[in-house]
Amino acid sequence: MCEHCGCGEADATVLNLETGRETVVRHIVHDHPHDHDHDHSHDNEHAHDHDHLHSHSHDHDGGRRHHSHTAPEGALVELEARILAKNDALAHRNRAWFKGREILALNLVSSPGAGKTSLLERTIRDLIRELRLYVIEGDQATAYDGERIRAAGAPAVQVNTGSGCHLEADMVARGLQELRPSAGSIVMIENVGNLVCPALFDLGERAKVVILSVTEGDDKPLKYPHMFRAAELMILNKIDLLPHVDFDVSRAVANAAEVNPAITALELSARTGEGLEGWYAWLRREAAAVGDAVFR
Amino acid sequence: MHELSITRNIVAIVEEAAKGRRVRGVTLEVGELSGVVSEAIAFCFDVVTAGTALEGASLEIHKIEGRARCESCGAEFATATLFAACACGSGRLTRLHGEELNVKSMELMEAA
Repeated sequence: MCEHCGCGEADATVLNLETGRETVVRHIVHDHPHDHDHDHSHDNEHAHDHDHLHSHSHDHDGGRRHHSHTAPEGALVELEARILAKNDALAHRNRAWFKGREILALNLVSSPGAGKTSLLERTIRDLIRELRLYVIEGDQATAYDGERIRAAGAPAVQVNTGSGCHLEADMVARGLQELRPSAGSIVMIENVGNLVCPALFDLGERAKVVILSVTEGDDKPLKYPHMFRAAELMILNKIDLLPHVDFDVSRAVANAAEVNPAITALELSARTGEGLEGWYAWLRREAAAVGDAVFR
Repeated sequence: MHELSITRNIVAIVEEAAKGRRVRGVTLEVGELSGVVSEAIAFCFDVVTAGTALEGASLEIHKIEGRARCESCGAEFATATLFAACACGSGRLTRLHGEELNVKSMELMEAA
């Protein structure tokens, strides 16, 4: 691991739980040679502390302003490049791959402990004879969740992101290469438990599904608006615990709607099974729609 | 800390465009509704650029404030959140600015 640039620890690994094969996903964006023998003799005094975080109101004339800190002018090269362009391009490739195979791909996101894996286990057990389900499990470390999914009866690959707090499109592509889901199936991508970072990284999914458990706050949609805005479906899980907590379902739904007027909300308990039919109906409908959409 | 990942992307984009030349400075556009914290990018920048063509480069971040247009009454206004409502009460907004996440330009060491 490389302590200077912090990159080494972030290499993700993909473990095929069917074959036991483990592969490393090199960071696509980070390919400088790792010969870190530079001794950081900062003798040219490049003043690391001038962050220039002046918040100027945007000017649409290109903002070509001269930098006062660059005494002899170097060549200014306009780039106008979207920072997430590489991830987005790979996500589009994944999306096209899914679409061509009539596969419904869902990106499941939540805080840690909201019940993503439990919901998947239950869903697999209930629907495995009806729908072909595959799972890409994302966690920083361990294959625990992937093993749980396998035990429930679905083929799974485990992606460990190392220090990474979210899955990226290249990791999903590698996961798919191992998983090889069949045409017409459903691929559930269980993201790393985190309501912040996964909102920004498109994986090529058809929709994001955000899971909020009633042991959390009903104000979470307002606290993490990016995620709730990016999601198409919000699942309120652990409703069997409602008598014991202060969570207000109608307030949570109203908060989610404030951030995202188009969001659909479902209430269920993966543990008791209450409300699962609504989730299964949503899955069946979406899976059928993917099949119909392939030549559009 | 997705800013680490974001910063790696920035460095990769600039290194690719610099084609081996040393980079003196990088200018970004970061929308205030983009979900990315400018200060965190600045924090990661020195660490991620170490050993690259950007080592020692300055970082300038143009923050872009959020602006939206109301689809009901047509008003345009500044907004600091993703889910503001228009003064007319409508929540049907089109975001015009604030979600930018771009590498605007780079400055090379030598004049071209």
